[in-house]
Amino acid sequence: MRFACLALLAALAAGCGKSDPAPGTTGALKVGLVFDVGGRGDRSFNDAAYAGLERAKKELGIEFEYFEPTHADREAGLRKYAEQGAPLVIGVGFAFTDSIAKVSADFPGQHFACVDWDTGSAPKPPANVAALRFREEEGCFLVGAIAGLTTKTGKVGFVGGMEIPLIHKFRAGFAAGVKAVNPSCEVLVAFAGLTPEAFKDPVKGKELARSQYGAGADIIFHASGSTGLGVFEEARARNRERGTVTHFVIGVDADQWEEGGHVLTSMLKRVDVAVFDVVKGTKAGTFPAGVHEFGLKEDGLGYVRDDRNRALIPDTVAQKVDALKAEILAGRITVPVR
Amino acid sequence: MTPEFIAGILTVAAPLLLAAMGGVVSERSGVVNIALEGTMLASAFAFTAVTHAFEPVGPDGRHLVDAAGAWVPFAGVAAGLACGVLVSLLHALVCIRVGANQVVSGIAINILAVGATQFACTLVFESSSNSARVASLPRWGLGAFTFTPAAWASFVAVPVVTLLLFRTVFGLRLRAVGENPDAAETLGVRPGAIRTAALALSGALAGLGGVVLAADVSQFVQNMTAGRGYIALAAVIFGKWNPWGAAAACLLFAAAEKAQVPLQGKIPPQLAQSLPYLLTILVLAGFVGRARAPAALGKPHESSR
Repeated sequence: MRFACLALLAALAAGCGKSDPAPGTTGALKVGLVFDVGGRGDRSFNDAAYAGLERAKKELGIEFEYFEPTHADREAGLRKYAEQGAPLVIGVGFAFTDSIAKVSADFPGQHFACVDWDTGSAPKPPANVAALRFREEEGCFLVGAIAGLTTKTGKVGFVGGMEIPLIHKFRAGFAAGVKAVNPSCEVLVAFAGLTPEAFKDPVKGKELARSQYGAGADIIFHASGSTGLGVFEEARARNRERGTVTHFVIGVDADQWEEGGHVLTSMLKRVDVAVFDVVKGTKAGTFPAGVHEFGLKEDGLGYVRDDRNRALIPDTVAQKVDALKAEILAGRITVPVR
Repeated sequence: MTPEFIAGILTVAAPLLLAAMGGVVSERSGVVNIALEGTMLASAFAFTAVTHAFEPVGPDGRHLVDAAGAWVPFAGVAAGLACGVLVSLLHALVCIRVGANQVVSGIAINILAVGATQFACTLVFESSSNSARVASLPRWGLGAFTFTPAAWASFVAVPVVTLLLFRTVFGLRLRAVGENPDAAETLGVRPGAIRTAALALSGALAGLGGVVLAADVSQFVQNMTAGRGYIALAAVIFGKWNPWGAAAACLLFAAAEKAQVPLQGKIPPQLAQSLPYLLTILVLAGFVGRARAPAALGKPHESSR
């Protein structure tokens, strides 16, 4: 009885993986995608990659499957789709760099793509790998300028996920943008942690937002995956209590307007476009191997200003930000990355 | 020490306080409750899923989160409490009825909770990582000190558990069973029944701790307890199995956790972020001294009847 109980527990605990059917037999291009920490439903980075695949499914008629790894099974996820013979396997996130380098060597006949490939640990991707990189600092500079021009308290905040060079790029670009338009504005900085788990801890995100809003910041830019959902939650709670919108959040990667009426804008990182383009290239037989950088010039980055948030960003602010964008495009402003 | 900072400490401490009170009740009755972590996690999910289920649904199939009635999240709280009791009764079944090793049962429940909540999250929310946003509990209070009712309950839980343990007949029996179940049994107390009741209460408390966590951010995230159950358990031991001692340990940890935020960028990040753990160990090792556990802690009781 004692043993039976524990065996039952163990069996239940083991049965938690998502089992997908093997790729279909319709002859469409099959793509396997392995998510980053934070997973599907982070309404940000991962969901942007998912949106790219959805679009490819609709417009190009591909089929796809996805896998949400928990800890150490990132490589196993890639390998699973490679072994199933998927012509294109995508890893979403810098943490896939080493795994993709390994798995792509074992399956030289198939293609792999990595979003946020880390050239620091692997400068030259293998021949069957598309390394997709973004110059995030450029987009962050623009939303930093928006924050610097619209803050009423002269203090803004930055909440990062894991403390790594990639996220420092977001911080550096944002802070430089703030200072470029408002040199006296203070930028409060906090990171959620030192492990990848820091990208999926909204409780921590809420706590950090509480500290920064409490210290007088009225706008917080988050670059922290689903940790940022806690930042939105804190802003929502504060605005609800006061009955007016006084605390804002700047979303990241995808348009995060849906998180509530206090989203000033979002720094768009077009992971969806990058993913779509790789799928399209693979389907057309022109797989884009090598390192690809997406910046303002390539329309890989941007910020949101549409009918929904136009009232929050006056025309004068938008004009100044567009002028800064032109300066960056012309090479007259170099945005710092650390 | 602004009011905002103190309120922040209390917010971080709230789920820990509830879980620690659950730990005190269970351990004082002689049952090691490592399952606090899994209990919190399961209840956090139960709160989210049930709140989600009672939200009104719009014509396009989307949940109208902000249009949900005020009672909706309270249905989630009830579900969280019930779930906590159930998980704890599973622990009771394994280690009181069957007499299995309490540590092994607790660890098994924690592993089960991670897998089961992830699986259930996939079924309900189509993602093993994140739930949708669900309706929020109201926040009650004044100025910076506004908390959800569940968080308020955590502050009330400390004196209530103290009274229960030291001022009621049930509390006396509970402690007797934790020190010497055989002697208690000769006086007509049924150790198995007392311990089962203690575990049910422990589960309700830890479960409410999980609810506090999920309600704070109005969503469920895979493994969102992130070791808080273990920290609460450590607080119980550091607090010498006394509710006030355990509460003080929880507050100390929360204060260190809160204090590290402004230190970031000024000292190395590894140091800043391990500060809560370092400080907790240092202070407690230096000031608390030797702790004495309930004498029958961890020992299954074989009834002589």
